[in-house]
Amino acid sequence: MFGLNKKDTTFLLIVIGLTLFTPILMQPFAEGSGLAQFNGGYPDLMQKVAIFGIFAVGFNILFGLTGYLSFGHAAFLGIGSYSAVWMFKLLTMNVIPGILLAMVVSGLFAAAIGYVSLRRSGIYFSILTLAFAQMCYKMAYSVLTPLTNGETGLQLALDDPRILDKAIEGSSLPVTNIFGLPMNSSYKLDVMNHVFTFSVGFYFCAVIAILAFYVAIRLFRSPFGMMLRAVKSNQHRMNYTGLDPKPYTLAAFVISGMYAGLAGGLLAAMDPLAGADRMLWTASGEVVIMTILGGAGTLMGPVLGAGVIKYLENIFSKINESVLHSWFHWLPDGIEDLVVWVFARFTGEGWHLTLGVTFMLVVTFLPGGLIEGLKRIRDRVKNGKKKRDKYDDPDPDHHPAPTKRVAGE
Amino acid sequence: MGILEVKGVGKRFGGLQALGNVNLSIHENTVHAIIGPNGAGKSTLLNCLVGKLMPDTGSVMFDGQSVLGRKPHEINQMGISRVFQTPEIFGDLTVMENMMIPCFAKRDGAFRMHAFESIAQERDLIAKAEKMLSDVGMLEKREMVASSMSRGDKRRLEIAMCLVQEPKLLLLDEPTAGMARADTNNTIELLKQIKAERDITIAIIEHDMHVVFSLADRITVLAQGTPLVEDTPDNIKGHPKVKEAYLGETQQV
Ligand SMILES: Nc1ncnc2c1ncn2[C@@H]1O[C@H](COP(=O)(O)OP(=O)(O)O)[C@@H](O)[C@H]1O
Ligand SMILES: [Mg+2]
Repeated sequence: MFGLNKKDTTFLLIVIGLTLFTPILMQPFAEGSGLAQFNGGYPDLMQKVAIFGIFAVGFNILFGLTGYLSFGHAAFLGIGSYSAVWMFKLLTMNVIPGILLAMVVSGLFAAAIGYVSLRRSGIYFSILTLAFAQMCYKMAYSVLTPLTNGETGLQLALDDPRILDKAIEGSSLPVTNIFGLPMNSSYKLDVMNHVFTFSVGFYFCAVIAILAFYVAIRLFRSPFGMMLRAVKSNQHRMNYTGLDPKPYTLAAFVISGMYAGLAGGLLAAMDPLAGADRMLWTASGEVVIMTILGGAGTLMGPVLGAGVIKYLENIFSKINESVLHSWFHWLPDGIEDLVVWVFARFTGEGWHLTLGVTFMLVVTFLPGGLIEGLKRIRDRVKNGKKKRDKYDDPDPDHHPAPTKRVAGE
Repeated sequence: MGILEVKGVGKRFGGLQALGNVNLSIHENTVHAIIGPNGAGKSTLLNCLVGKLMPDTGSVMFDGQSVLGRKPHEINQMGISRVFQTPEIFGDLTVMENMMIPCFAKRDGAFRMHAFESIAQERDLIAKAEKMLSDVGMLEKREMVASSMSRGDKRRLEIAMCLVQEPKLLLLDEPTAGMARADTNNTIELLKQIKAERDITIAIIEHDMHVVFSLADRITVLAQGTPLVEDTPDNIKGHPKVKEAYLGETQQV
């Protein structure tokens, strides 16, 4: 089905199912219970997971398949956001044209930046992409302020032309919509104290994320995807087999840039505001971490990585000292303060520390990322009864060879 | 006229004249061996033929066209495939994928954006790759990750990857170097079989005299970057200059 083999079709259907039921799956705790703050089923977070999932899946097409590690992909995220907001200002609050323009413009930028950066490989390529992204960031604050509105960020205004919407406009700022259905409208369902929120914004992002994921599966399984893995494996052999690795790598770069632009456009569609800090190098680093944390080169890994990081960012950062005190109030005073102090380092503002520790543990013990962890658990469950020792593992996936020359000459 | 005509090729690395004034003509459907001591410039000569190096002087004509100034992938598309001194394969990919890549390269050229096709639909190419794998006796290893195989199998795979492209000229750089005896014998058998079954021109660099004399139609002896003599294997064996420059000091024939 869908041009996929049976295994991939099943896989895609599972992903579709999980995505569509996210508002329920991410809301496991009853309202008012102590664990309710671990519920992630609110639109803002779920949208972010879907959007950054798209970003990471696209990034993985470049990094996971060809081995070229870009440190500047946030530039395309920012460019996508600016393009989309311009479309909202000039044409219509319907998000479709904005998202299409976001993909086109970021694709053009990716073609230009990729063309230059791909003259080098390895660390030099990474540095070049980083430099280009920082240049975009700086220019957004300086020469390009007429386009980006500098530090304030690009926003909607009442006197925007909005050619297509003009007639129906009121006196307050319009909201983004999909053919009239506002992105921020939602339906709340209360089942036995569990409140599930189904919002237009999330489902819009979810459908696009599923499409983006489907395209990625097709690409991974195509001859083109195989060529990209060949680029990572041995460019020398490629050359002497009559293949030119350059256009293959550039195509992968542009495709992943367009995924980033799509994600940027969606961010703007959820919240019509674009700022340059979206292009900062830390944002580029985040997508690298998402991809590696989940499992570079796998289909599901980047999505998982994006989900974990956005969940940590949104949930752990909300746990402040007073929350911790309410958890540990039953401890003797002195010990309570100590325990709260320790936990406070890892929550609230300190959530980055949790992320850092998680990342270190995963990279050290699961070089294949969280996906590798899931695979190991699955295998454990499957042949749990059998005696196992460390030589008892025929699956080469579990012993990934050390990465060879990353996109070396 | 040979299918490959090398005229007056010279190559200098800094102070070292790696190739002097090399003239070489390789005729269609022959096996032409290039022998010579270590550092004689044999690999350098091959590098000049496949676009890895640009010679300082001279010309290289293949099938009536100059190869100089062309990129390696363009030269491959003209019909020259090369097996390297250390096997160059796609180590992270499976044996079958290693075979499919040259098949696609041969059919679709240096670049094609086949992002929405599925490999499984390419029945003709799959059949071709499988036929080639079974010819070299590796069909049962088709799903193995290439880097996990023995050196002999890697070399076999590399030869199969070159052959499946049906090149007009196959260049082999010391195909048995560093191999166990059994692997060497297997490789010789494979090359003999290829020679017998296919219309193909082969240029082979080889240290193992047993291999050379059992395969070659003609032999060129290279020493210090210049061809010493070129003749049939029988004549080379008895040639005094060759004995002095090469055979006498390293190998018993
Ligand atoms: N890329 C290079 N740069 C500098 N010197 C080289 C290079 N390639 C080969 N040489 C030198 O040229 C000479 C011939 O080398 P080569 O062609 O590899 O010999 P062989 O006949 O053993 O294959 C050697 O002295 C080698 O050190
Ligand atoms: Mg050599």
